[in-house]
Formats: sequence, structure tokens, C-alpha cells
Amino acid sequence: MIAEIGHYALVLALFVALIQAVLPLVGAQRGDAAWMAVGSQAALALFLLVGAAFGALTYAYVVSDFSLANVAQNSHSAKPMLYKISGVWGNHEGSLLLWVTILAVFGLAVAAFGGNLPPRLKARVLSVQAMISTGFLLFILLTSNPFARLAQPPFDGNGLNPLLQDPGLAFHPPFLYLGYVGFSMAFSFAIAALIEGRVDAAWARWVRPWTLAAWCFLTLGIGLGSWWAYYELGWGGWWYWDPVENASFMPWLAGTALLHSAVVVEKRDALKTWTILLAIVTFSLSLLGTFLVRSGVITSVHSFASDPARGLFILAMLVATVGGSLVLFAVRGPALKGGGLFAPVSREGSLLLNNLLMSTAAATVLLGTLYPLFVDALGGGKVSVGPPFFNAVFVPLMVPMVLAMAVGPLLSWKRGDLAGVLMRLKLALALAAAAAALAWLVMGGQPKTLAASGGLALAAWLFVGTLVEFAGRLLLFRAPLAESWTRLRALPGAAWGMAITHASMAVLIGGITGSSAWMEEKIQVMKVGETVMLAGHEVTLTNVRDERGPNYLAQRGTFVLKKNGQTVVTLEPEKRSYRQPPRPTTETAIHTTFWGDYYTVIGDADGQGGYVVRLYFNPMVAWMWVGILMMTLGGIVSLADRRHRIGAPVRKRAAQPAAT
Amino acid sequence: MIGRAALVLFLALSSAALAVNPDEILADPAQEARARAVGRDLRCLVCQNQSIDDSDAGLARDLRIIVRERIKAGDSDSQIKDYLVGRYGDFVLLNPPFKPATWLLWLGPLVLAAIAAMVALAFYRRAGRRAPERPLSEAEKKALEALIKDQG
Repeated sequence: MIAEIGHYALVLALFVALIQAVLPLVGAQRGDAAWMAVGSQAALALFLLVGAAFGALTYAYVVSDFSLANVAQNSHSAKPMLYKISGVWGNHEGSLLLWVTILAVFGLAVAAFGGNLPPRLKARVLSVQAMISTGFLLFILLTSNPFARLAQPPFDGNGLNPLLQDPGLAFHPPFLYLGYVGFSMAFSFAIAALIEGRVDAAWARWVRPWTLAAWCFLTLGIGLGSWWAYYELGWGGWWYWDPVENASFMPWLAGTALLHSAVVVEKRDALKTWTILLAIVTFSLSLLGTFLVRSGVITSVHSFASDPARGLFILAMLVATVGGSLVLFAVRGPALKGGGLFAPVSREGSLLLNNLLMSTAAATVLLGTLYPLFVDALGGGKVSVGPPFFNAVFVPLMVPMVLAMAVGPLLSWKRGDLAGVLMRLKLALALAAAAAALAWLVMGGQPKTLAASGGLALAAWLFVGTLVEFAGRLLLFRAPLAESWTRLRALPGAAWGMAITHASMAVLIGGITGSSAWMEEKIQVMKVGETVMLAGHEVTLTNVRDERGPNYLAQRGTFVLKKNGQTVVTLEPEKRSYRQPPRPTTETAIHTTFWGDYYTVIGDADGQGGYVVRLYFNPMVAWMWVGILMMTLGGIVSLADRRHRIGAPVRKRAAQPAAT
Repeated sequence: MIGRAALVLFLALSSAALAVNPDEILADPAQEARARAVGRDLRCLVCQNQSIDDSDAGLARDLRIIVRERIKAGDSDSQIKDYLVGRYGDFVLLNPPFKPATWLLWLGPLVLAAIAAMVALAFYRRAGRRAPERPLSEAEKKALEALIKDQG
């Protein structure tokens, strides 16, 4: 019964979405206040209906209602409650339902917090949001109904892939989707602005917090996924340039560019057309990312073709959204008047450079991700595009990016003084050189450590450069400390946010460099009582025993990590065998320190009293997770900027006369 | 007892060994390091985008052993790769070779960067044309001075 209510709510939601897509748009065109006001009410109704459907599916998972095909295929009665709930979005149908639910939440947020938006803009934004909802609801109802019943319910379900039964991955998809869907706000504002024919500082002030929130969620979502891969897959890797990872990375790159170009629109009234285009591209990449993962096109072109209904619907929706918005852009974009001018060497210029590098990077990842599909589809045989390609093309784009990241914030608006800025960065340059030299010496000066030295130099350059900029804002050591303190307290959230995120990038680069450069491993057969040396520590296998979990059996090893005879920590990795579906997983045990992780994995018994063990020392991995958390925190701090709460600058009544 | 038997059964059923195994590792660390470097560039053909070093599939293990046998036999890295390409095609290489089918792939990023640079150049040129540098007129200078006096 509850499932039928959920299904029914979904059908009703489709009609509400249609109303919300049409009435406010027409109302805005005609200047009809009542029709425009429908948007907010419809957004509330849409949220309640989609929320009810999501609640119904969640309920079915919680009570293990195996008469639903979706629950029977993806859940099991013995699963812990957390994974019953995360099972809701651990499959195609449920994840799409989560997608529209989040979309409805964002729509409701516009209705609720958009009080200071001009009514026309608000009506149009809500209408565009509803168009996206309509597409997704149609897709769910026509091809991917999560509420389909089974005539003969099974006694128990098939279970969730054990690899996914993990706290990190339970929350990974919701954060990712909050990011993807959050970018729909930027998209809706961009389309509304194109229909209105104007983009101004006020518009950018509204768009930026939404984009920033989406970006924070996406950053955290990607971080969670990477962290999960690191501790769950059992060989210490954290980024594989897998198409599924690239699918979330592309919108992140474009979204980062969008955040930076929106600053230029807000502060300097320039780069408007470009910002609109970026908003469209960012959301298009989010859509593409969702579909790449959901349609199975990644696995092979053939699995895509084997379910033509879904595949074709997805393709049609992508073409309609991307094509439609780009056509609108082509028609209305040129009408947007460019504002402030600036020289190439200026704050705006550096933000534009960021944009070009980020966009090129996103396009490059897109090319590499889709290339095998194109070649295969065009009959060119099968090619693999793997990590070596991505590293080869991505790193050269990121090096100038990071170099410029320390310089840009120090340049003044309109026309900057590069020589003066570089003088202020002397300290950063010196410390970068010192970091490189130190890394070179520590690693014994082999040619292959050159890249690591370079990476650490970049990290130091960016970190110190960011500190120099931050200190400059406070007039630190140039004014009395009391004045610096006053300035510190008056510093807007956005300034804090920028300093934190830029510094976090430096920490992240440090972690990436360190963990790729000098990892140490011991892969061998160990008997209980044996000891091996790992990164200056003695690691002893003291015990191996069997354990029983709620829905798995495990073989648990105990390693004691000692330094100079003193016990540092006891680590207990497991090898688990899940019952339903029957699959083995490894549960690593990791001891994290500032300079590196001691990473232990227990494997099979060799039948002669020994066990295959894998012990790794992964240097500076924690830096990456700290970097990602810092990055998210920086976004949140910037979001808390009181200028966002006070609201956007008031729009001028009449359009400004064109500059002569 | 039953639990123990069940565990043994399950471990037997699921005896998937993770990635590189101790019995595969070459005695000579330099040779093993070469094997790893080569392995990272080779695709486990039955996996989704995993290198043979990262995969626990049976085929990946077979390929790792082949790579090590070839190294012991004295093959160079490129000879090993050529041998595997001969058997499995370009699909086995995670680092796609530069040839007509991949020209677009390898040159694409350069083309994209060039387009980005041209867009920026056009942007600054157009901006420069739109706003020719012009000194203040006499009337504007007077207005500016009046404003400055007002402030002071």
C-alpha cells in the first residue's frame, strides 16, 4: 500500500512539475503576479510529493518489503540498518529518485529563501528547475520505476554489493548528488538571465552562494569516494581516473571555474557571457556525469544498446537540455552587455586564466573519458585510456594553474603590477626552493624523485603565497598588531574562504605528491609470531582468528606495530566473506600519522600456517583528506559571509545606457 | 563447528587473491620494480579500467606472471608490451599509443589549450578596441578637481 502511495505521489509530482514549468514562465512574460506566484506554491507541493515517494521507498527498504522488485534485488533482511537505508540509492532507480528529491529540496529553497529575488527572475528560475524535474520524473516513471511489484515475492533479497556496505560509501552518493543537483541552481539562474536578457552584479550575488554550496558538497562527495577507495579496495590507491570518477571530477572542474568567473561578474561586471556559458556547461557535465554512471554506457557501448529505452531517453534528455540551453545562449548571449575592462595582468585576468585552464582541464578529462566510446562506436576497435594518459595531460595544465594561484590574489583589479607582486612572493619562492631541495636530499637525489621535488615546491609556493596574501590584508608586521587584529576581525568570510581553500589546495598537492613518490610495501607470507620491518617500525603478526558479523564471516588478523621495542598501536585488518551476495572484501586497518599511514591487509591462508599479508607505508596520505576537509570548510566559511545574508545589491531601475 | 565449516567453505569459494601476490614477486628488487612499472601500464582486460597490478582477477595474475617471465628471459619493457599487444591488441595498453586512431586523443588537449589561448587573445583585443585610451577632457578635469576639493 505504501509503495503504491509512493508511486502515486510520483505521478502527481510529474503534473505539479509541469504546472511549475509552464505557469510561472508565462506569468513572468506577461507580468502576471498571480501566475508567477504559482511557482513557489508548486515548489512546495513538488517537494512534499517527491519527498513522500522517497519516504515510501525508504520505508520499503527499512521493513525489507521484498514484494518490491527494487528492494528484492538490492537489499537483504540481515543487512545492518545503515546499509538498508543506503541501499535506497545504491541502485539505478533509487539513485534517480534521490536525484529528483534533492532537486525538489533546492527548488523549495528558492521558493523559501528567494524573498529578495525580483519576482520575474524567481518565477523563471523556478520554472527552469521544474523543467529539469519533469524530465527526470518522466525518466523514472517511464523507464525506471522503483515501485514495481513482484507477483511472487522472494523469501529474502539479493543483498547489496558488500563493497558498498561501508559508511564512507553510504554517504558518498548523497553528497555527490547534492553537488550535481546544486549546480542546477546556477543553470536555472543562467537560463532565467538569458530569457530576461540581463546579467548584473546582483545576479552574480545570488548565484554564487548556491554554486558555492553545490561545490562544497561535490568536493566532499568526491573526497568521500576517494577515501573509500583508499581504505576499502585494499592496495592503497585513491584515484584511478576511472570513468566513474571522471564523471564527478568534470563538473567539479567546471564548477570551480564558474565560482571564479562569478566573482568577476559580481565585482567588476565583466565576463558575463562567459559566466553564463560556464553555468550551462557545469550543469551539463553534472547531467552527463549522472548519465554516464547510470546508463552503463561506460562499461561498454553494448550494454548501453542492450537497454535502448533507458539509453535513448537519456540521450534525448541530454540533447534537449544541453542543445536547448546552448541554442538559447547563442541567440540571447550576444545581447548581454560587457562591463568593466581589464588588462591581462590583473585580478580579473588571473581569474580568467584560472577559467581557461580549468575549462581546458575539464574538456581534456571529457575527451579522455569518452574517447574509447567514440572509437568503439565508430568501429575503430577497442582502446584503453588510462591513468598514464590522464597524468600526462593533466599535470601540465595544473602546474601553471598552481603557479598563478599564488600570484592572482595579490594582483590588483583592472591592471596589476606583476613585478611588484613577485617581489612580495620572494619568501614563497625561497621556501619552495628549500622544499624541493629538502625532498631531493631526503629521497637520495634520484632522477625519478624530480617530480616529487617539483610537487612539493609547488605546494610550498602556493601555501606561503596564500599566507602572504592573507597577511597583506591584515597589514601584518607593517601596521601595529592592534590594527592587524582589528582588520582580522573585520575580514569578510569570502577572504577567509579564499585563503583556506587555496591553502588546502597546497596541502592536497603535498599529499598527492608524497603518497605517489615514496610509498613502501611489504607483500609476503607471514606466520603468526613473525616480524617484518616497515618504514622504521617492527610489525608483528600476533594472532589470526575467525569472527562472525551480522551478515558476514571474517578472518581477523592482529598486527602489533612497534617502534624501538615500544608498542605504538595494534591493528586488526579483516578479510570478510559476505553471505548475500557471496563476495569477499578486505577491511584494511590503518594507523595514520602526520608523515604517513601504516596500512595493513590480511589475505588468504597459504595452507601451511602462513597468511598472505600486505603492509604498506603510504606517505602523507592524511594530508589529502585534511586538504579536502579544509577545502570544504573554506567553502562553508565563504558561504557564511555576511554579505550573502544581507542580500544582493539592489538592482538599478533602468538598464544602464550603453557605453559610447 | 558449523560456523567453522561454513567459514572454510566461504573462504574456499571466494579465494580471490588481491593484486600482486607474494609468490609472483621476483627475487631481484630491480626486476620487480620494472615489473611493477610495466604492470601499471597494462590493462586487466576483463576488469573495468584496472591495471593488472591493481586487479585481483585471474587473468590479471596470468598477465603479471607473463610479464615477470619475460623480464627474467631478458626482454625489454617495450618488447614485453609489444608481445602483449600482439596477443590482445592496443586495448591492453592503459597508455594509448600515438597512431592515427588516437591522434585526436593526444593532440586534443593541445588543440583545446590553443583554442583557450585564442579565445583569451580575442577577448583582450576586442576589449582594447572597445575602450581606446583617452585622456580626460578639460571639462572632466575641472569636475574631478572640484570633487577632490570637496572631499578635502
